[in-house]
Amino acid sequence: VNARRLPWVLIVFLLLVWIPWFGSRYYTFLATDIVILALFATSLNLLIGSTGLVSFGHAAYFGIGAYACAILTKTHGLPFIVGLAAAPVLAGAFAAFFGFFCVRLTRIYFAMLTLAFAQIVWAVCLKWNAMTGGEQGMPSVPYPNMDWMNALPFLAGLRVGEKYYLVALVVVAVCFALLRMIVYSPFGRMLTVIRENPERAGFIGINVRRYELAAFVLAGAFAGVAGALFGIFNRGVFPDFAYWSKSAEVLIMTLLGGMGSFWGPAVGTAALLWLHQQITAYTQFWPFILGTILIILLFAFPGGIVGAIDAGLTRLRRRRRA
Amino acid sequence: MTEPTFLFGQFVSGLTTAMFLFLIASGLSLIFGVLRVLNFAHGSFYMLGAYVAWQMVQWLGPRTESFWLAVLVAALAVALLGAVIERLLLRHLYRREELYQLLFTYAVVLVLGDLAKFTWGTQQLSVPRPPSLEGALHLFGVQIPYYSLFIMVLGPLIAVAFSLVLSRTSAGRMIRAAALDREMLSALGANTNWLYAGMFAVGSFLAGLGGALVTPVRAIVPGMDVEIIVEAFIVVVIGGLGSLWGTFLGALIFGQVLAFGILVFPGFSIFAAFALMAAVLILRPWGLLGKPLK
Repeated sequence: VNARRLPWVLIVFLLLVWIPWFGSRYYTFLATDIVILALFATSLNLLIGSTGLVSFGHAAYFGIGAYACAILTKTHGLPFIVGLAAAPVLAGAFAAFFGFFCVRLTRIYFAMLTLAFAQIVWAVCLKWNAMTGGEQGMPSVPYPNMDWMNALPFLAGLRVGEKYYLVALVVVAVCFALLRMIVYSPFGRMLTVIRENPERAGFIGINVRRYELAAFVLAGAFAGVAGALFGIFNRGVFPDFAYWSKSAEVLIMTLLGGMGSFWGPAVGTAALLWLHQQITAYTQFWPFILGTILIILLFAFPGGIVGAIDAGLTRLRRRRRA
Repeated sequence: MTEPTFLFGQFVSGLTTAMFLFLIASGLSLIFGVLRVLNFAHGSFYMLGAYVAWQMVQWLGPRTESFWLAVLVAALAVALLGAVIERLLLRHLYRREELYQLLFTYAVVLVLGDLAKFTWGTQQLSVPRPPSLEGALHLFGVQIPYYSLFIMVLGPLIAVAFSLVLSRTSAGRMIRAAALDREMLSALGANTNWLYAGMFAVGSFLAGLGGALVTPVRAIVPGMDVEIIVEAFIVVVIGGLGSLWGTFLGALIFGQVLAFGILVFPGFSIFAAFALMAAVLILRPWGLLGKPLK
């Protein structure tokens, strides 16, 4: 059986969908957090892993999506589905505008410009009190209307947080299916060509900037979806969603899991959030631990968790053959 | 609101901010120029400079001229730490992609931030001005503390001193050569290992110096590292990564934008600063006075 042909997104979805019934409330909470941020990290990997563009301002689109959904549903009282649809559209539109300038720059300058744009978004969110609530942010973003679930068997008895987990899981699963299609499509292959050698890609007639911009917009749009979901889960949207340390955080998740594989960032997100929960129970010095993990990772396992497992498996296979 | 006295006051405060930032950003810029590493930990070195200076002042006694000794010790301690980090860890990442270097320096930010919290707690600390620089000068109806005047003089002095070192000494020649072509320099037999360690130490020294000197003016709090590094990035990018006078110009512009942006509407300054950074990157990615990288 070709492992790549298996419907992995569906398999993972079917594994995760049982958590509200078998896990405790705490595990459902943690799973919601992981599922949403895994989408955020995987959207970033479309840029880093697939295209080779290191964005240091990916939180901007996460923040834009979060604010778009929160403003539409809370301030204007529109249904969740409208907010959820608007988030990727708005985040994608901003990504198109910012990305237009960013893809003209290379390497460190690209990273700096994405950072600058993200900080502009953060500054606007922080200061535009009338629209975004300023420093106070927008607390108590409403949950979507999930009363229709009461009419369904099994779902009726669930708490609101558990219902929201299912909603988030379905949305994220659809996004993962789309992302996987994109990565393995001819378009995704072109991105890999650009990552490996942008100059040669240009020579064989690929419009490198246009492809990079398309990847930037798609990554931004998916980050917007993650932001919209996270704002509701978090019970509030705050300017910090777009701050540069958030961009660094998602980079760490991506790196921890492994940028070289599709599921790497999701694995990294799960590992990091689980670890965070475990460690903050004992000590408040989580950043110190995170920094130490990051340093060990950079020196010992540059391929992340998935990269290390891959290397281990290859070694095993070779030994068996010998 | 826009009477001349007020405008002059804003101008002076912008100039003070600019010279503080120049001290810090010049180190960041020099490190980038030679090592090609964008050092997020630079803000942490600045913070450590402040904390060490506070600690020294506590030991030596506040409100005495031993403040200057505290500043020097703080800057040297931070320089030493920078050299150790460069030699033990960072140098192994030079051959890797920028992302790994960026994330390494970010990891250092996380570790040092927590170490500072662990050692000095989370409450605000402050250091009094040294007695020799208490009081203020009255100029055109504006009070300018002598301490601010001292900073405004120190900034240009350091800029001139560094540009002399860069243009007149053999070490300066090595630094300029490394900024142009590192491989060629090492192929010609120069000891680039020492050059990189030394450059990182000097850059860290400037960050520590900036942090120590800022203590009489600003509160020492956790989080000052993350705040300053973004400002230093803005300054360095506007002026040109790796350019000393570019950084000086960038700091001047940033200081004035911060001081006068408030006249447009509150909160405009911070937006304008990042917008300026983005505009420079779009129009002239190598900065106002920088040179395009090969």
